[in-house]
Amino acid sequence: MNWLTFALVFWIGAWGLNSLLANSGWRDTRAVRVFVPVLFGVTLLVIWEGLVRGFNVSPVILPAPSTVAQTFARSTGLLWGDFHQTVVKGALTGYAIGASAAFVAAILIDRSAFLTRGLLPIGNFVAALPIIGIAPILVSWFGFDWQSKAAVVVVMVFFPILVNTVQGLREADAMQRDLMRTYAAGYMQTLLKLRLPAAMPFIFNGLKIATTLALIGAIVAEYFGSPTRGMGFRISTGVGSLSIDLVWAEIFVAALAGTAFYGIVVWIERAMTFWHPSQRK
Amino acid sequence: MRNVLPVLTVLAVIIGLWYAAVAPMNIRVTLDQAQRAGAQIVPETARERQQVSVWLLMVRNPAHIVETYAMSRPRLPTPVQVGTELWKTTGEMVLSGRGFSNRSLIYHAWITLQSTLWGFALGTTLGILGAVAIVYSRVVDMSLMPWAIISQTVPIVALAPMIIVVSSQLGITDRTVPKAIISAYLCYFPVLVGMVKGLRSPAHAQLDLLQTYNASGFQAFLKLRLPSSVPYLFTSLKVGIAAALVGTIVGELPTGAVSGLGARILIGDQFGTPLAIWAALMAAAILAGALVTLLDMTQRITLRRMGMQA
Repeated sequence: MNWLTFALVFWIGAWGLNSLLANSGWRDTRAVRVFVPVLFGVTLLVIWEGLVRGFNVSPVILPAPSTVAQTFARSTGLLWGDFHQTVVKGALTGYAIGASAAFVAAILIDRSAFLTRGLLPIGNFVAALPIIGIAPILVSWFGFDWQSKAAVVVVMVFFPILVNTVQGLREADAMQRDLMRTYAAGYMQTLLKLRLPAAMPFIFNGLKIATTLALIGAIVAEYFGSPTRGMGFRISTGVGSLSIDLVWAEIFVAALAGTAFYGIVVWIERAMTFWHPSQRK
Repeated sequence: MRNVLPVLTVLAVIIGLWYAAVAPMNIRVTLDQAQRAGAQIVPETARERQQVSVWLLMVRNPAHIVETYAMSRPRLPTPVQVGTELWKTTGEMVLSGRGFSNRSLIYHAWITLQSTLWGFALGTTLGILGAVAIVYSRVVDMSLMPWAIISQTVPIVALAPMIIVVSSQLGITDRTVPKAIISAYLCYFPVLVGMVKGLRSPAHAQLDLLQTYNASGFQAFLKLRLPSSVPYLFTSLKVGIAAALVGTIVGELPTGAVSGLGARILIGDQFGTPLAIWAALMAAAILAGALVTLLDMTQRITLRRMGMQA
Protein backbone atom coordinates (compact mmCIF):
# COMPACT_ATOMS: atom_id res chain seq x y z
CA MET A 1 0.00 0.00 0.00
CA ASN A 2 3.09 2.19 0.33
CA TRP A 3 3.17 2.84 -3.38
CA LEU A 4 -0.47 3.79 -3.39
CA THR A 5 -0.02 6.37 -0.65
CA PHE A 6 3.00 7.79 -2.43
CA ALA A 7 1.05 8.10 -5.70
CA LEU A 8 -1.84 9.74 -3.86
CA VAL A 9 0.42 12.21 -2.03
CA PHE A 10 2.27 13.01 -5.26
CA TRP A 11 -1.02 13.60 -7.03
CA ILE A 12 -2.32 15.98 -4.37
CA GLY A 13 1.01 17.78 -4.20
CA ALA A 14 1.26 18.16 -7.98
CA TRP A 15 -2.33 19.34 -8.23
CA GLY A 16 -1.73 21.90 -5.49
CA LEU A 17 1.44 23.16 -7.14
CA ASN A 18 -0.28 23.35 -10.53
CA SER A 19 -3.25 25.29 -9.24
CA LEU A 20 -0.90 27.60 -7.36
CA LEU A 21 1.07 28.24 -10.54
CA ALA A 22 -1.98 28.55 -12.77
CA ASN A 23 -3.48 31.23 -10.56
CA SER A 24 -0.22 33.03 -9.81
CA GLY A 25 1.22 36.11 -11.48
CA TRP A 26 3.50 34.04 -13.72
CA ARG A 27 0.71 32.10 -15.33
CA ASP A 28 1.31 33.56 -18.78
CA THR A 29 5.05 33.02 -18.82
CA ARG A 30 6.40 30.40 -21.16
CA ALA A 31 7.99 28.36 -18.37
CA VAL A 32 4.71 27.90 -16.48
CA ARG A 33 2.80 27.12 -19.68
CA VAL A 34 5.19 24.25 -20.37
CA PHE A 35 5.70 23.16 -16.75
CA VAL A 36 2.03 22.73 -15.81
CA PRO A 37 1.07 20.18 -18.49
CA VAL A 38 4.39 18.37 -18.07
CA LEU A 39 3.78 17.98 -14.35
CA PHE A 40 0.26 16.73 -15.16
CA GLY A 41 1.73 14.08 -17.48
CA VAL A 42 4.32 13.05 -14.90
CA THR A 43 1.56 12.76 -12.31
CA LEU A 44 -0.38 10.40 -14.56
CA LEU A 45 2.73 8.22 -14.93
CA VAL A 46 3.32 8.20 -11.17
CA ILE A 47 -0.30 7.22 -10.49
CA TRP A 48 -0.05 4.48 -13.11
CA GLU A 49 3.18 3.18 -11.57
CA GLY A 50 1.69 3.41 -8.07
CA LEU A 51 -1.50 1.58 -9.01
CA VAL A 52 0.37 -1.21 -10.81
CA ARG A 53 2.81 -1.74 -7.93
CA GLY A 54 0.28 -1.14 -5.17
CA PHE A 55 -2.26 -3.63 -6.48
CA ASN A 56 0.36 -6.03 -7.88
CA VAL A 57 -1.22 -5.91 -11.33
CA SER A 58 0.07 -8.73 -13.51
CA PRO A 59 2.48 -7.41 -16.19
CA VAL A 60 0.40 -9.34 -18.70
CA ILE A 61 -2.50 -6.98 -18.11
CA LEU A 62 -0.75 -3.68 -17.53
CA PRO A 63 3.02 -3.26 -17.13
CA ALA A 64 4.35 -0.38 -15.06
CA PRO A 65 5.85 2.59 -16.93
CA SER A 66 9.28 1.71 -15.51
CA THR A 67 9.05 -1.79 -17.02
CA VAL A 68 8.04 -0.29 -20.35
CA ALA A 69 10.97 2.12 -20.18
CA GLN A 70 13.37 -0.77 -19.54
CA THR A 71 11.94 -2.74 -22.45
CA PHE A 72 12.20 0.35 -24.62
CA ALA A 73 15.86 0.87 -23.71
CA ARG A 74 16.61 -2.82 -24.28
CA SER A 75 15.03 -3.10 -27.72
CA THR A 76 15.85 0.20 -29.41
CA GLY A 77 17.26 -1.60 -32.46
CA LEU A 78 14.08 -3.58 -32.99
CA LEU A 79 11.88 -0.55 -32.41
CA TRP A 80 13.94 1.53 -34.86
CA GLY A 81 13.50 -1.16 -37.52
CA ASP A 82 9.73 -1.17 -36.98
CA PHE A 83 9.62 2.61 -37.00
CA HIS A 84 11.55 2.72 -40.26
CA GLN A 85 9.29 0.14 -41.91
CA THR A 86 5.97 1.62 -40.80
CA VAL A 87 6.50 5.35 -40.45
CA VAL A 88 9.29 6.22 -42.87
CA LYS A 89 8.47 3.76 -45.65
CA GLY A 90 4.73 3.30 -45.23
CA ALA A 91 3.24 6.42 -43.67
CA LEU A 92 5.58 9.16 -44.93
CA THR A 93 5.71 7.87 -48.53
CA GLY A 94 1.95 7.53 -48.62
CA TYR A 95 1.50 10.93 -47.00
CA ALA A 96 3.76 12.61 -49.57
CA ILE A 97 2.05 10.91 -52.52
CA GLY A 98 -1.47 11.44 -51.17
CA ALA A 99 -0.88 15.09 -50.26
CA SER A 100 0.65 15.94 -53.66
CA ALA A 101 -2.11 14.10 -55.51
CA ALA A 102 -4.80 15.88 -53.50
CA PHE A 103 -3.09 19.23 -54.04
CA VAL A 104 -2.86 18.78 -57.83
CA ALA A 105 -6.43 17.46 -57.99
CA ALA A 106 -7.68 20.43 -55.98
CA ILE A 107 -6.03 22.94 -58.32
CA LEU A 108 -7.46 21.16 -61.38
CA ILE A 109 -10.96 20.92 -59.90
CA ASP A 110 -10.82 24.53 -58.78
CA ARG A 111 -10.72 25.69 -62.42
CA SER A 112 -14.36 24.61 -62.76
CA ALA A 113 -16.87 26.18 -60.37
CA PHE A 114 -19.32 23.45 -61.37
CA LEU A 115 -17.02 20.62 -60.30
CA THR A 116 -16.14 22.42 -57.08
CA ARG A 117 -19.80 22.66 -56.10
CA GLY A 118 -20.28 18.97 -56.81
CA LEU A 119 -17.09 17.82 -55.18
CA LEU A 120 -17.27 19.59 -51.82
CA PRO A 121 -20.34 17.72 -50.49
CA ILE A 122 -19.04 14.39 -51.77
CA GLY A 123 -15.56 15.04 -50.40
CA ASN A 124 -16.97 15.98 -47.02
CA PHE A 125 -19.08 12.83 -47.01
CA VAL A 126 -16.16 10.59 -47.99
CA ALA A 127 -13.98 12.21 -45.32
CA ALA A 128 -16.53 11.00 -42.74
CA LEU A 129 -16.52 7.40 -44.00
CA PRO A 130 -14.59 4.61 -42.29
CA ILE A 131 -12.11 4.43 -45.19
CA ILE A 132 -9.78 2.35 -43.04
CA GLY A 133 -11.90 -0.67 -44.04
CA ILE A 134 -10.32 -0.79 -47.49
CA ALA A 135 -7.01 -1.78 -45.89
CA PRO A 136 -7.48 -5.53 -46.55
CA ILE A 137 -8.40 -4.86 -50.19
CA LEU A 138 -5.34 -2.70 -50.81
CA VAL A 139 -3.10 -5.21 -49.04
CA SER A 140 -4.34 -7.90 -51.42
CA TRP A 141 -3.74 -5.59 -54.40
CA PHE A 142 -0.28 -4.30 -53.57
CA GLY A 143 1.25 -7.16 -51.57
CA PHE A 144 2.48 -7.41 -48.01
CA ASP A 145 5.38 -4.96 -48.09
CA TRP A 146 5.27 -1.21 -47.44
CA GLN A 147 3.74 -0.38 -50.84
CA SER A 148 0.30 -1.54 -49.71
CA LYS A 149 0.62 0.47 -46.48
CA ALA A 150 1.55 3.55 -48.47
CA ALA A 151 -1.48 2.92 -50.71
CA VAL A 152 -3.83 2.81 -47.71
CA VAL A 153 -2.30 6.05 -46.44
CA VAL A 154 -2.71 7.70 -49.86
CA VAL A 155 -6.43 6.92 -49.91
CA MET A 156 -6.92 8.00 -46.29
CA VAL A 157 -5.18 11.37 -46.54
CA PHE A 158 -6.43 12.25 -50.03
CA PHE A 159 -9.92 13.49 -49.27
CA PRO A 160 -9.30 15.62 -46.15
CA ILE A 161 -6.48 17.46 -47.93
CA LEU A 162 -8.47 17.77 -51.16
CA VAL A 163 -11.53 19.23 -49.45
CA ASN A 164 -9.50 21.66 -47.38
CA THR A 165 -7.43 22.83 -50.34
CA VAL A 166 -10.48 23.37 -52.54
CA GLN A 167 -12.12 25.32 -49.73
CA GLY A 168 -8.98 27.34 -49.18
CA LEU A 169 -8.67 28.26 -52.85
CA ARG A 170 -12.07 29.95 -52.58
CA GLU A 171 -10.82 32.01 -49.66
CA ALA A 172 -9.43 35.00 -51.62
CA ASP A 173 -12.37 37.42 -51.92
CA ALA A 174 -13.67 39.15 -55.00
CA MET A 175 -12.08 42.47 -54.11
CA GLN A 176 -8.62 40.94 -53.92
CA ARG A 177 -9.13 39.07 -57.18
CA ASP A 178 -10.28 42.26 -58.86
CA LEU A 179 -7.15 43.98 -57.65
CA MET A 180 -5.05 41.24 -59.26
CA ARG A 181 -6.98 41.81 -62.47
CA THR A 182 -6.26 45.53 -62.44
CA TYR A 183 -2.59 44.53 -62.23
CA ALA A 184 -3.18 42.49 -65.42
CA ALA A 185 -2.16 39.32 -63.58
CA GLY A 186 -2.78 36.06 -65.43
CA TYR A 187 -4.28 32.87 -63.96
CA MET A 188 -0.92 31.52 -62.83
CA GLN A 189 0.14 34.79 -61.24
CA THR A 190 -3.15 35.14 -59.39
CA LEU A 191 -2.87 31.53 -58.24
CA LEU A 192 0.73 31.79 -57.05
CA LYS A 193 0.67 35.27 -55.53
CA LEU A 194 -2.82 35.56 -54.13
CA ARG A 195 -4.91 32.41 -53.97
CA LEU A 196 -2.37 29.82 -52.84
CA PRO A 197 -1.03 32.00 -50.03
CA ALA A 198 -4.62 32.72 -48.97
CA ALA A 199 -5.35 29.00 -49.04
CA MET A 200 -2.32 28.10 -46.91
CA PRO A 201 -4.10 28.02 -43.51
CA PHE A 202 -6.73 25.64 -44.96
CA ILE A 203 -4.14 23.44 -46.67
CA PHE A 204 -2.22 23.13 -43.43
CA ASN A 205 -5.41 22.28 -41.59
CA GLY A 206 -5.86 19.35 -43.99
CA LEU A 207 -2.21 18.38 -43.67
CA LYS A 208 -2.50 18.36 -39.87
CA ILE A 209 -5.62 16.17 -39.89
CA ALA A 210 -3.85 13.85 -42.31
CA THR A 211 -0.79 13.26 -40.09
CA THR A 212 -2.78 11.17 -37.62
CA LEU A 213 -4.70 9.41 -40.39
CA ALA A 214 -1.42 8.47 -42.08
CA LEU A 215 -0.12 6.69 -38.98
CA ILE A 216 -3.47 4.99 -38.33
CA GLY A 217 -3.60 3.77 -41.93
CA ALA A 218 -0.05 2.45 -41.94
CA ILE A 219 -0.47 0.60 -38.64
CA VAL A 220 -3.89 -0.92 -39.34
CA ALA A 221 -2.82 -2.09 -42.80
CA GLU A 222 -0.10 -4.14 -41.12
CA TYR A 223 -2.69 -6.11 -39.17
CA PHE A 224 -3.72 -7.62 -42.53
CA GLY A 225 -0.33 -8.93 -43.47
CA SER A 226 3.17 -7.53 -43.44
CA PRO A 227 6.77 -8.67 -43.57
CA THR A 228 8.05 -9.69 -40.14
CA ARG A 229 8.72 -6.15 -39.03
CA GLY A 230 6.66 -3.00 -38.59
CA MET A 231 4.81 -1.46 -35.68
CA GLY A 232 1.41 -2.93 -36.48
CA PHE A 233 2.93 -6.37 -36.98
CA ARG A 234 4.81 -6.14 -33.67
CA ILE A 235 1.72 -4.97 -31.82
CA SER A 236 -0.56 -7.71 -33.13
CA THR A 237 2.02 -10.48 -32.55
CA GLY A 238 3.04 -8.96 -29.20
CA VAL A 239 -0.55 -9.07 -27.98
CA GLY A 240 -0.78 -12.67 -29.16
CA SER A 241 2.36 -13.75 -27.33
CA LEU A 242 1.54 -11.65 -24.25
CA SER A 243 4.73 -9.59 -24.38
CA ILE A 244 2.67 -6.58 -23.39
CA ASP A 245 5.64 -4.49 -22.28
CA LEU A 246 7.01 -4.57 -25.83
CA VAL A 247 3.57 -3.60 -27.15
CA TRP A 248 3.54 -0.60 -24.81
CA ALA A 249 7.04 0.36 -25.94
CA GLU A 250 5.74 0.20 -29.52
CA ILE A 251 2.74 2.32 -28.57
CA PHE A 252 5.13 4.81 -27.01
CA VAL A 253 7.05 4.95 -30.30
CA ALA A 254 3.77 5.45 -32.17
CA ALA A 255 2.79 8.25 -29.81
CA LEU A 256 6.19 9.88 -30.18
CA ALA A 257 6.09 9.55 -33.97
CA GLY A 258 2.54 10.92 -34.14
CA THR A 259 3.31 13.90 -31.94
CA ALA A 260 6.58 14.65 -33.73
CA PHE A 261 4.94 14.37 -37.15
CA TYR A 262 2.15 16.72 -36.08
CA GLY A 263 4.65 19.06 -34.44
CA ILE A 264 6.74 19.29 -37.60
CA VAL A 265 3.71 20.18 -39.71
CA VAL A 266 2.67 22.83 -37.16
CA TRP A 267 6.23 24.20 -37.22
CA ILE A 268 6.22 24.47 -41.02
CA GLU A 269 2.77 26.08 -40.82
CA ARG A 270 4.06 28.73 -38.40
CA ALA A 271 6.99 29.45 -40.68
CA MET A 272 4.84 29.71 -43.81
CA THR A 273 1.68 31.41 -42.54
CA PHE A 274 3.26 33.80 -40.02
CA TRP A 275 1.12 36.57 -41.52
CA HIS A 276 -2.21 34.92 -40.66
CA PRO A 277 -4.20 36.36 -37.70
CA SER A 278 -4.34 32.97 -35.96
CA GLN A 279 -0.52 32.87 -35.82
CA ARG A 280 -0.02 36.39 -34.52
CA LYS A 281 0.92 36.76 -30.90
CA MET B 1 -30.74 22.42 -54.17
CA ARG B 2 -28.52 24.12 -56.74
CA ASN B 3 -25.81 21.64 -55.82
CA VAL B 4 -27.78 18.59 -56.96
CA LEU B 5 -26.68 18.65 -60.59
CA PRO B 6 -22.95 19.15 -59.84
CA VAL B 7 -23.02 16.44 -57.17
CA LEU B 8 -24.70 14.01 -59.55
CA THR B 9 -22.13 14.84 -62.23
CA VAL B 10 -19.22 14.17 -59.89
CA LEU B 11 -20.87 10.93 -58.77
CA ALA B 12 -21.33 9.88 -62.39
CA VAL B 13 -17.65 10.63 -63.08
CA ILE B 14 -16.58 8.55 -60.07
CA ILE B 15 -18.77 5.61 -61.09
CA GLY B 16 -17.52 5.93 -64.67
CA LEU B 17 -13.90 5.80 -63.51
CA TRP B 18 -14.77 2.82 -61.32
CA TYR B 19 -16.24 0.92 -64.28
CA ALA B 20 -13.26 1.84 -66.45
CA ALA B 21 -10.89 0.51 -63.79
CA VAL B 22 -12.62 -2.87 -63.48
CA ALA B 23 -11.31 -4.30 -66.76
CA PRO B 24 -7.61 -3.53 -66.28
CA MET B 25 -7.76 -4.61 -62.62
CA ASN B 26 -9.35 -7.98 -63.39
CA ILE B 27 -7.97 -8.85 -66.81
CA ARG B 28 -4.99 -10.94 -65.65
CA VAL B 29 -7.01 -13.22 -63.43
CA THR B 30 -9.77 -13.45 -66.04
CA LEU B 31 -7.30 -14.54 -68.71
CA ASP B 32 -5.76 -17.15 -66.41
CA GLN B 33 -9.21 -18.57 -65.70
CA ALA B 34 -10.23 -18.47 -69.37
CA GLN B 35 -7.09 -20.35 -70.35
CA ARG B 36 -7.75 -23.02 -67.77
CA ALA B 37 -11.22 -23.33 -69.29
CA GLY B 38 -9.59 -23.96 -72.67
CA ALA B 39 -9.72 -20.58 -74.42
CA GLN B 40 -7.01 -19.25 -76.75
CA ILE B 41 -5.11 -16.40 -75.06
CA VAL B 42 -2.36 -14.19 -76.48
CA PRO B 43 0.40 -14.38 -75.18
CA GLU B 44 0.08 -18.02 -74.36
CA THR B 45 1.80 -18.74 -71.04
CA ALA B 46 1.05 -17.10 -67.74
CA ARG B 47 4.70 -16.18 -67.34
CA GLU B 48 4.76 -14.28 -70.63
CA ARG B 49 1.62 -12.42 -69.59
CA GLN B 50 3.34 -11.21 -66.44
CA GLN B 51 5.78 -9.28 -68.66
CA VAL B 52 3.04 -7.56 -70.66
CA SER B 53 1.05 -4.54 -69.51
CA VAL B 54 -2.65 -4.94 -68.75
CA TRP B 55 -3.54 -2.54 -71.56
CA LEU B 56 -1.81 -4.71 -74.14
CA LEU B 57 -3.55 -7.79 -72.70
CA MET B 58 -6.89 -6.04 -73.14
CA VAL B 59 -6.12 -5.05 -76.73
CA ARG B 60 -4.96 -8.53 -77.70
CA ASN B 61 -7.83 -10.36 -75.97
CA PRO B 62 -10.84 -8.12 -76.54
CA ALA B 63 -13.25 -11.04 -76.31
CA HIS B 64 -12.48 -11.59 -72.65
CA ILE B 65 -13.00 -8.03 -71.45
CA VAL B 66 -16.69 -8.71 -70.90
CA GLU B 67 -15.84 -11.50 -68.47
CA THR B 68 -13.89 -9.10 -66.24
CA TYR B 69 -17.20 -7.52 -65.33
CA ALA B 70 -18.78 -10.73 -64.11
CA MET B 71 -16.22 -12.53 -62.00
CA SER B 72 -17.20 -14.38 -58.86
CA ARG B 73 -14.09 -13.29 -56.97
CA PRO B 74 -12.99 -10.07 -58.66
CA ARG B 75 -10.02 -8.00 -57.52
CA LEU B 76 -12.26 -5.01 -58.18
CA PRO B 77 -16.01 -5.68 -58.41
CA THR B 78 -18.34 -3.43 -60.38
CA PRO B 79 -20.70 -1.13 -58.48
CA VAL B 80 -23.61 -3.33 -59.63
CA GLN B 81 -21.94 -6.44 -58.23
CA VAL B 82 -21.41 -4.69 -54.90
CA GLY B 83 -25.00 -3.48 -54.90
CA THR B 84 -26.31 -6.95 -55.69
CA GLU B 85 -24.25 -8.49 -52.90
CA LEU B 86 -25.45 -5.81 -50.53
CA TRP B 87 -29.07 -6.50 -51.48
CA LYS B 88 -28.54 -10.24 -51.15
CA THR B 89 -27.26 -9.85 -47.59
CA THR B 90 -29.84 -7.30 -46.50
CA GLY B 91 -33.10 -6.84 -48.36
CA GLU B 92 -33.39 -10.36 -49.72
CA MET B 93 -32.78 -11.86 -46.27
CA VAL B 94 -35.42 -9.61 -44.78
CA LEU B 95 -37.90 -10.72 -47.46
CA SER B 96 -37.17 -14.36 -46.69
CA GLY B 97 -37.65 -13.67 -42.98
CA ARG B 98 -34.01 -14.08 -41.97
CA GLY B 99 -33.26 -10.39 -41.58
CA PHE B 100 -31.54 -10.89 -38.28
CA SER B 101 -29.59 -14.09 -38.93
CA ASN B 102 -25.86 -13.82 -38.46
CA ARG B 103 -25.25 -13.87 -42.21
CA SER B 104 -27.29 -10.74 -42.67
CA LEU B 105 -25.47 -7.42 -42.83
CA ILE B 106 -28.36 -5.84 -40.94
CA TYR B 107 -27.44 -7.95 -37.92
CA HIS B 108 -23.76 -6.98 -38.23
CA ALA B 109 -24.60 -3.32 -38.76
CA TRP B 110 -26.73 -3.48 -35.60
CA ILE B 111 -23.79 -4.88 -33.60
CA THR B 112 -21.54 -2.13 -34.93
CA LEU B 113 -24.17 0.51 -34.32
CA GLN B 114 -24.55 -0.53 -30.68
CA SER B 115 -20.86 -0.12 -29.88
CA THR B 116 -20.77 3.10 -31.87
CA LEU B 117 -23.65 4.58 -29.91
CA TRP B 118 -22.24 3.50 -26.53
CA GLY B 119 -18.86 4.94 -27.46
CA PHE B 120 -20.51 8.07 -28.79
CA ALA B 121 -22.49 8.53 -25.57
CA LEU B 122 -19.43 7.95 -23.42
CA GLY B 123 -17.16 10.15 -25.54
CA THR B 124 -19.71 12.96 -25.74
CA THR B 125 -20.26 12.91 -21.97
CA LEU B 126 -16.52 12.97 -21.31
CA GLY B 127 -16.02 15.70 -23.89
CA ILE B 128 -18.75 17.93 -22.45
CA LEU B 129 -17.63 17.42 -18.83
CA GLY B 130 -14.03 18.06 -19.84
CA ALA B 131 -15.04 21.23 -21.66
CA VAL B 132 -16.98 22.54 -18.67
CA ALA B 133 -13.99 21.83 -16.41
CA ILE B 134 -11.64 23.53 -18.85
CA VAL B 135 -13.80 26.62 -19.17
CA TYR B 136 -14.29 27.00 -15.42
CA SER B 137 -10.89 25.96 -14.10
CA ARG B 138 -7.65 27.50 -15.25
CA VAL B 139 -5.61 24.60 -13.82
CA VAL B 140 -7.54 22.05 -15.83
CA ASP B 141 -7.27 24.23 -18.91
CA MET B 142 -3.50 24.51 -18.61
CA SER B 143 -2.82 20.90 -17.72
CA LEU B 144 -5.48 19.01 -19.68
CA MET B 145 -5.70 20.85 -23.00
CA PRO B 146 -2.16 20.10 -24.27
CA TRP B 147 -2.62 16.43 -23.44
CA ALA B 148 -6.00 16.31 -25.13
CA ILE B 149 -4.30 17.54 -28.30
CA ILE B 150 -1.41 15.11 -27.92
CA SER B 151 -3.84 12.25 -27.28
CA GLN B 152 -5.24 12.74 -30.79
CA THR B 153 -1.84 12.54 -32.46
CA VAL B 154 -1.39 9.10 -30.88
CA PRO B 155 -2.65 6.47 -33.28
CA ILE B 156 -5.26 4.83 -31.04
CA VAL B 157 -5.43 1.83 -33.33
CA ALA B 158 -2.09 0.82 -31.87
CA LEU B 159 -3.96 0.41 -28.59
CA ALA B 160 -7.00 -1.35 -30.03
CA PRO B 161 -5.81 -4.98 -29.90
CA MET B 162 -4.54 -4.41 -26.40
CA ILE B 163 -7.70 -2.84 -25.03
CA ILE B 164 -9.54 -5.92 -26.22
CA VAL B 165 -7.07 -8.40 -24.74
CA VAL B 166 -6.90 -6.56 -21.43
CA SER B 167 -10.65 -6.31 -21.09
CA SER B 168 -11.04 -10.01 -21.85
CA GLN B 169 -8.46 -10.78 -19.17
CA LEU B 170 -10.36 -8.64 -16.73
CA GLY B 171 -13.31 -10.90 -17.35
CA ILE B 172 -15.30 -8.65 -19.68
CA THR B 173 -16.42 -11.07 -22.33
CA ASP B 174 -18.82 -8.69 -24.00
CA ARG B 175 -17.00 -7.18 -26.95
CA THR B 176 -19.16 -4.09 -26.89
CA VAL B 177 -17.17 -2.62 -24.01
CA PRO B 178 -13.65 -2.48 -25.53
CA LYS B 179 -15.03 -1.35 -28.88
CA ALA B 180 -17.01 1.40 -27.18
CA ILE B 181 -13.87 2.54 -25.32
CA ILE B 182 -11.99 2.91 -28.60
CA SER B 183 -14.94 4.79 -30.10
CA ALA B 184 -15.12 7.08 -27.10
CA TYR B 185 -11.41 7.83 -27.35
CA LEU B 186 -11.78 8.92 -30.97
CA CYS B 187 -14.97 10.88 -30.49
CA TYR B 188 -14.41 12.80 -27.24
CA PHE B 189 -11.87 15.18 -28.75
CA PRO B 190 -14.00 16.97 -31.36
CA VAL B 191 -16.75 17.36 -28.75
CA LEU B 192 -14.30 18.74 -26.19
CA VAL B 193 -12.84 21.30 -28.59
CA GLY B 194 -16.25 22.32 -29.94
CA MET B 195 -17.77 22.71 -26.48
CA VAL B 196 -14.83 24.75 -25.17
CA LYS B 197 -15.29 27.09 -28.11
CA GLY B 198 -19.06 27.15 -27.62
CA LEU B 199 -19.00 27.74 -23.87
CA ARG B 200 -16.59 30.61 -24.42
CA SER B 201 -18.61 32.08 -27.28
CA PRO B 202 -20.88 34.47 -25.28
CA ALA B 203 -19.63 38.05 -25.58
CA HIS B 204 -18.40 39.96 -22.56
CA ALA B 205 -21.36 42.32 -22.79
CA GLN B 206 -23.76 39.41 -22.44
CA LEU B 207 -21.94 38.02 -19.39
CA ASP B 208 -21.90 41.51 -17.88
CA LEU B 209 -25.60 41.87 -18.47
CA LEU B 210 -26.27 38.70 -16.49
CA GLN B 211 -24.13 40.09 -13.71
CA THR B 212 -26.28 43.22 -13.57
CA TYR B 213 -29.27 40.87 -13.17
CA ASN B 214 -27.44 39.44 -10.13
CA ALA B 215 -27.37 36.01 -11.80
CA SER B 216 -25.26 33.36 -10.09
CA GLY B 217 -22.47 31.55 -11.93
CA PHE B 218 -24.67 28.50 -12.31
CA GLN B 219 -27.53 30.53 -13.74
CA ALA B 220 -25.13 32.16 -16.20
CA PHE B 221 -24.04 28.68 -17.22
CA LEU B 222 -27.58 27.37 -17.69
CA LYS B 223 -29.13 30.40 -19.35
CA LEU B 224 -26.28 31.82 -21.41
CA ARG B 225 -23.22 29.62 -21.87
CA LEU B 226 -25.03 26.32 -22.45
CA PRO B 227 -27.59 27.61 -24.98
CA SER B 228 -24.97 29.53 -26.93
CA SER B 229 -22.79 26.42 -27.17
CA VAL B 230 -25.49 24.34 -28.86
CA PRO B 231 -24.58 25.15 -32.49
CA TYR B 232 -20.92 24.31 -31.75
CA LEU B 233 -22.01 21.14 -29.99
CA PHE B 234 -23.95 19.83 -32.98
CA THR B 235 -21.15 20.57 -35.40
CA SER B 236 -18.74 18.58 -33.27
CA LEU B 237 -21.29 15.80 -32.66
CA LYS B 238 -21.39 15.21 -36.41
CA VAL B 239 -17.61 14.86 -36.52
CA GLY B 240 -17.74 12.79 -33.34
CA ILE B 241 -20.24 10.19 -34.54
CA ALA B 242 -18.23 9.58 -37.72
CA ALA B 243 -15.13 9.17 -35.57
CA ALA B 244 -16.98 6.81 -33.22
CA LEU B 245 -17.98 4.59 -36.15
CA VAL B 246 -14.37 4.49 -37.36
CA GLY B 247 -13.35 3.55 -33.82
CA THR B 248 -15.80 0.67 -33.63
CA ILE B 249 -14.80 -0.71 -37.01
CA VAL B 250 -11.11 -0.45 -36.13
CA GLY B 251 -11.94 -2.23 -32.87
CA GLU B 252 -13.50 -5.06 -34.86
CA LEU B 253 -10.82 -5.34 -37.53
CA PRO B 254 -7.63 -6.69 -36.02
CA THR B 255 -8.96 -8.82 -33.23
CA GLY B 256 -10.74 -11.85 -34.53
CA ALA B 257 -14.19 -10.50 -33.77
CA VAL B 258 -16.98 -12.56 -35.30
CA SER B 259 -19.80 -10.07 -35.56
CA GLY B 260 -19.94 -6.48 -36.70
CA LEU B 261 -19.18 -4.82 -40.03
CA GLY B 262 -15.44 -4.72 -39.29
CA ALA B 263 -15.52 -8.45 -38.60
CA ARG B 264 -17.26 -9.03 -41.94
CA ILE B 265 -14.41 -7.18 -43.64
CA LEU B 266 -11.86 -9.28 -41.75
CA ILE B 267 -13.66 -12.55 -42.53
CA GLY B 268 -14.06 -11.58 -46.17
CA ASP B 269 -10.30 -10.98 -46.29
CA GLN B 270 -9.47 -14.31 -44.69
CA PHE B 271 -11.83 -16.35 -46.85
CA GLY B 272 -10.97 -14.52 -50.07
CA THR B 273 -14.46 -13.25 -50.79
CA PRO B 274 -13.90 -9.68 -51.96
CA LEU B 275 -17.61 -9.12 -52.63
CA ALA B 276 -18.34 -9.60 -48.92
CA ILE B 277 -15.68 -6.99 -48.03
CA TRP B 278 -17.10 -4.50 -50.51
CA ALA B 279 -20.66 -5.05 -49.34
CA ALA B 280 -19.62 -4.55 -45.70
CA LEU B 281 -17.74 -1.39 -46.68
CA MET B 282 -20.79 -0.11 -48.50
CA ALA B 283 -22.97 -0.90 -45.47
CA ALA B 284 -20.54 0.99 -43.23
CA ALA B 285 -20.69 3.97 -45.59
CA ILE B 286 -24.49 3.91 -45.55
CA LEU B 287 -24.48 3.68 -41.75
CA ALA B 288 -22.09 6.63 -41.48
CA GLY B 289 -24.20 8.66 -43.88
CA ALA B 290 -27.41 7.83 -42.01
CA LEU B 291 -25.96 8.76 -38.61
CA VAL B 292 -24.54 12.08 -39.82
CA THR B 293 -27.79 12.93 -41.65
CA LEU B 294 -29.81 12.12 -38.54
CA LEU B 295 -27.69 14.45 -36.42
CA ASP B 296 -27.89 17.10 -39.10
CA MET B 297 -31.69 16.97 -39.04
CA THR B 298 -31.74 17.07 -35.22
CA GLN B 299 -29.48 20.09 -35.39
CA ARG B 300 -31.78 21.93 -37.76
CA ILE B 301 -34.91 21.20 -35.73
CA THR B 302 -33.27 22.04 -32.40
CA LEU B 303 -31.75 25.29 -33.61
CA ARG B 304 -35.02 26.35 -35.18
CA ARG B 305 -36.85 25.63 -31.92
CA MET B 306 -34.25 27.66 -30.06
CA GLY B 307 -34.67 30.50 -32.51
CA MET B 308 -31.08 30.45 -33.66
CA GLN B 309 -31.60 29.62 -37.29
CA ALA B 310 -34.48 30.59 -39.51
